[in-house]
Amino acid sequence: MYAQMVKSEGMKSPEEMTPEERAFQERVDRGEKIEPKEWMPEGYRKTLIRQMGQHAHSEIVGQLPEGNWITRAPTLERKAILLAKVQDEAGHGLYLYSAAETLGVSRDELMEKLHSGAMKYSSIFNYPTLTWADMGAVGWLVDGAAIMNQVPLQRTSYGPYSRAMIRICKEESFHQRQGYAIMMKMAQGTPEQKEMAQDALNRFWYPSLMMFGPSDKDSVHSAQSMAWKIKMNTNDELRQKFVDETVPQATYLGLTVPDETLTWNEERGHYDFAEPDWDEFFEVIKGNGPCNEERLGARREAWDKGAWFRDGLTAYAEKAAARRAASNVAAE
Amino acid sequence: MPSLPDVATPDVVTLAERAAAAQSHDPHVADVALKPAFFDWLCRMGDNSLILGHRISEWCGHGPVLEEDIALANTALDLIGHTQMWLGLAAEVEGAGRSADDLAFLRDAMKFRNLKLVELPNGDMAVTLMREFLFDAFHFELLTALTKSSSPRVAEIAAKALKEVSYHLERSSDLVVRLGDGTEESHTRMQAALNKVWGYTGEMFAADAVDAAVAEAGIAPALSDLLPLWQRTVGEVLDEATLSQPEQRFDAHSGGKKGRHTEHLGYILAEMQFLQRAYPGASW
Ligand SMILES: [Fe+2]
Ligand SMILES: [Fe+2]
Ligand SMILES: [Fe+2]
Repeated sequence: MYAQMVKSEGMKSPEEMTPEERAFQERVDRGEKIEPKEWMPEGYRKTLIRQMGQHAHSEIVGQLPEGNWITRAPTLERKAILLAKVQDEAGHGLYLYSAAETLGVSRDELMEKLHSGAMKYSSIFNYPTLTWADMGAVGWLVDGAAIMNQVPLQRTSYGPYSRAMIRICKEESFHQRQGYAIMMKMAQGTPEQKEMAQDALNRFWYPSLMMFGPSDKDSVHSAQSMAWKIKMNTNDELRQKFVDETVPQATYLGLTVPDETLTWNEERGHYDFAEPDWDEFFEVIKGNGPCNEERLGARREAWDKGAWFRDGLTAYAEKAAARRAASNVAAE
Repeated sequence: MPSLPDVATPDVVTLAERAAAAQSHDPHVADVALKPAFFDWLCRMGDNSLILGHRISEWCGHGPVLEEDIALANTALDLIGHTQMWLGLAAEVEGAGRSADDLAFLRDAMKFRNLKLVELPNGDMAVTLMREFLFDAFHFELLTALTKSSSPRVAEIAAKALKEVSYHLERSSDLVVRLGDGTEESHTRMQAALNKVWGYTGEMFAADAVDAAVAEAGIAPALSDLLPLWQRTVGEVLDEATLSQPEQRFDAHSGGKKGRHTEHLGYILAEMQFLQRAYPGASW
């Protein structure tokens, strides 16, 4: 997902908990929202910072693969829609960094961790966008997979995170629909367009499945995060839901999901499907994906080249404050 | 259709028809004598927005700070929106069956009518901002005057665009002041940017037969009327920014309005028009 393999602190049984921890867990169980100034276990705070930080980084790194096609968008309307979408993603980054700041970590600190590689962003954004059909595939599949995770997170226990998710989800469904609309045009278009559409699905299918992370049904980290309601479903549940919803959409487009084993399982009421190549996933996470260097390099470069700009604004603000103070003194 | 709602609802067609019916009647649109000048002038309006919007959109994801990234994308988005309106009207006035997209994606450089100023490469944020500010200050005065155009269609577009361009000017002038009067480095960069683009600003006010014809028809103001307004805004902002107006001529470079561009425009078009050129007739 946008937050993959987030480590949580170890899980405690009710008997091991301090009275404070027990009271906290009971509030979470009752569905109450935890607000920034309230007491929370250190592990809860740390896990949330990791998860929200990674999610925020994914939003801003996620601007790059789609930003790659803005200047080449084929019509004025597509250009405007894509710009609006990429602008939304930057806005999501901003909400999430702000929400993370309520936990006592600054945006600059999080940025530094992104640039140093200490914090990750979603593996999906390390894949290239090679044709215009990829703008369709990214909106349809990538935003579609993000929605699977983010809709339940609207009910997460941490108030600022939950409210950020509510705002974000409203925009994500527009993102998915604009992507699907592009796919539809391509799939119903010329033979070349149809070929691009199928190729985009072929390249993005398994990386999209990887977005949910490896199976975590036996993971203690996930169990703790789920008890705290900062993770609402297991990775496998969300992946299954994604496949079940996406396969009929692909069929409707007349495209073929690149999985020969894909079959409807009457008994389970779900599709059976092939697992992605998890070795590839771990390589991408380690920094060896097709675009890791470009993506992180672009973010670092933007930050470094922007230093004079940020410093200039800070210096002006300080001078302006000093001038105000001086004129107040003069007036007295 | 499985779970995903269909985007292409029939409502869109109804809405478009209703919008078309609600459009003001405009005698200028069918004025045969005025057509060549009016079309050319509308292309100038649309092309300035399109090319500046293109340049600004190149920043997407690469801005110096997240808020700036959002503001730049937003500015580009506004400008592309204005392009759709201006080139849409241009296509209608031309009456040759071309669409706004045909004009944007299928004209070659010599048919583009934008100012050279807006096609200049982004450089650093200082160049990008200074170029935008100097254009915004002109764009704002021009659109303000156009809201009183004798062409109701032009006045409508101008009124819509003016709301956004007022904000563009507010933002770009504020940043020019802050960075001009920021650190030594930001000051030096802003001054260098000003020196670099200054010679391209005079083209905004250089009136030719096209400008004279639309001014005569009451569609657009005389460009010479805008110059003192622009000079006042620019003078005030540069003063506050502690920047000095370059001594070089401000009209050293022109020709864009007539289709004589810098070398840069060809590359912008090669990129922008790639899909339409590679797959003629495809629908996207
Ligand atoms: Fe997003
Ligand atoms: Fe996203
Ligand atoms: Fe999105």
